[in-house]
Amino acid sequence: MADVALRKVVKRYDDVEAVRGIDLDIADHEFIVLVGPSGCGKSTTLRMIAGLEDISDGDIMIGGDVVNDVPPKDRDIAMVFQNYALYPHMTVAENMSFGLRLKHYPKAEIKARVTEAARLLDITDLIDRKPKQLSGGQRQRVAMGRAIVRNPKVFLFDEPLSNLDAKLRVQMRIEIKKVHQKVRTTTVYVTHDQVEAMTLADRVVVMNHGRIEQIGTPNELYHKPATKFVASFIGSPAMNFIPCRLEDLAGKLHVRLTDRITFPLPPARAARYQGIPRAEKLLLGLRPEHITEAKQHTEPGVETFETVLDVTEPMGMETLIYFTMEGTLVCGRVNPNAGAHDGGPLRLAVDLNNMHLLNEVTGAVL
Amino acid sequence: MSTLAIDKGGPRRKVKYGSMSRDRAWALRWSYFFLVLFAIFFLTPPLYMVITSLKSSAEISAATNPWWVFHPTLANYVELLTSNQFLRFFWNSSIVSLVVVVVTMLISIPAAFALARMKFWGSTTLATGVFLTYLVPDSLLFIPLFKMLALVQDITGITLLNRWYVLLFIYPTLTVPFCTWIMIGYFASIPKELDEAAIIDGASWLQTLTRIFIPVALPGLIAATIFAFTVSWAQFLYPLVFTTSIDQLVLPVGITTTLIKGDVFNWGQIMTGALLGAAPPLIIYAFLMDYYIAGLTAGATKG
Repeated sequence: MADVALRKVVKRYDDVEAVRGIDLDIADHEFIVLVGPSGCGKSTTLRMIAGLEDISDGDIMIGGDVVNDVPPKDRDIAMVFQNYALYPHMTVAENMSFGLRLKHYPKAEIKARVTEAARLLDITDLIDRKPKQLSGGQRQRVAMGRAIVRNPKVFLFDEPLSNLDAKLRVQMRIEIKKVHQKVRTTTVYVTHDQVEAMTLADRVVVMNHGRIEQIGTPNELYHKPATKFVASFIGSPAMNFIPCRLEDLAGKLHVRLTDRITFPLPPARAARYQGIPRAEKLLLGLRPEHITEAKQHTEPGVETFETVLDVTEPMGMETLIYFTMEGTLVCGRVNPNAGAHDGGPLRLAVDLNNMHLLNEVTGAVL
Repeated sequence: MSTLAIDKGGPRRKVKYGSMSRDRAWALRWSYFFLVLFAIFFLTPPLYMVITSLKSSAEISAATNPWWVFHPTLANYVELLTSNQFLRFFWNSSIVSLVVVVVTMLISIPAAFALARMKFWGSTTLATGVFLTYLVPDSLLFIPLFKMLALVQDITGITLLNRWYVLLFIYPTLTVPFCTWIMIGYFASIPKELDEAAIIDGASWLQTLTRIFIPVALPGLIAATIFAFTVSWAQFLYPLVFTTSIDQLVLPVGITTTLIKGDVFNWGQIMTGALLGAAPPLIIYAFLMDYYIAGLTAGATKG
């Protein structure tokens, strides 16, 4: 158990900077998820913490000690790989105990730890099997077991669920969360799946182009994204971005989407956006759940408008609707009974209390 | 086969269903035809050797049907197996081949591991260099090698030439490059995460090699071992050049030098000696064939 700190960590491959100066503090017992598209440097960052990649610049600290030049085996970490990386010629028990055997732990203690980890992961029956005889989910459990028996300071997970099918992934996600609740080991988890990131993490680190875009709890990232990248990456279906301008109409601040559609801003929002130049090109960020069918009584800050739908996607508990606004495809979520159908008209309501306004050029959330 | 299929698909004919099995039947017929042809082609010489080895010298030189044994005798076998000279050749061959196999493995395995996994400056060039070495034929190398060893002998005063153990230095020049090369291929097919997992588990490079790589790559290792043994066992040019005294000879050279006296060929014993000499590799192949095939086809699919 230990905290982990990254200070201006840089990774350079020849001329390419894969990681461009990352600062990150991970508290003891914390579950941190690094998330981002492929090539964003998340795996490289994890591998630098593991010691599998050299650090080009900066410092990495585990438990307060700088470990830049400490070899992986002396960092007291355990890692779970995407393809499990189980030793094919060893049984499950041998796989799990390999690290302990290398360190010459007493036989009794090895057995006790393996038994305990196997019980925790519910793989007691598989202990004498070879990896070949196991299913994907079972192999992933064994890989986790191999990490747990070592009782390391930090767990590192490198896209551990990417090789599993969708159903099993959800199941294993819960398993991982359960295991973390029990062992409470500081965990750094890398994934490209934002759902995994949101569901598992105490705090999520969103990365893009080798930099950290934003660090925050899942809810912070969802409701208060700092950049357009975070806003679009977190949440499914993704947030809509509609080109817009601010306008003063009848003494009130409005947001103009098209020649015909303008919405007055709720007072709190109007106060916040008052200082923005009116000519500036902006984007209105709205999550699909804030574009719904219009109700009889509208609440303050909710504005309605008529549109013609392009496509509808019935999901059962809700229907996703798609329509075009100034050439931008916009997604909304309506009640299945709202009468939405492909090509049909629908009166929609947008909840401007949950709107975001972004600078179109910089992508910053204003 | 494809021309047959096109012919049948001609517009005048009705489409014939079940052509898959017809196609397969023809494929099988052709396979059998060529396989039987190859089997006959390759098995005739050994068969001829067996026939000849069972004949007396008189019968061999008699004008009878050479493909039939009229008076079978084991005299050739008895004579060779009770001849100290022949057993000496056999012993020399065995000890040389076994030691060469061990030396080759001791060099090739760590070399292949280093070239496949430890990225260092010039490792790719070195790996290619290893293979290029193998491409230089021994008929070009034996004279410079002879000169080199003669020089070493002159400087150190240790007798190397005309001693069976000189072959322990010579044979690895043939076996090490090839074995290193196939081991590189085999090691490279082991997923990178496996050694990373071992490193994180606390294994040193040596432990990663001995406890992960060697067990996982065992089929490839056995293939390399068989190759090294076969090459050492069958090598003819080098022992012919480097050893001359009868008691220093290995089997292939021993048979040809002692059983051919001037222009008198003792065919019965030559064939018997060759057959007996072919036995050890044959036995090894028979037992390790599955491993050998698995080893040579490594990397064809992801391991």
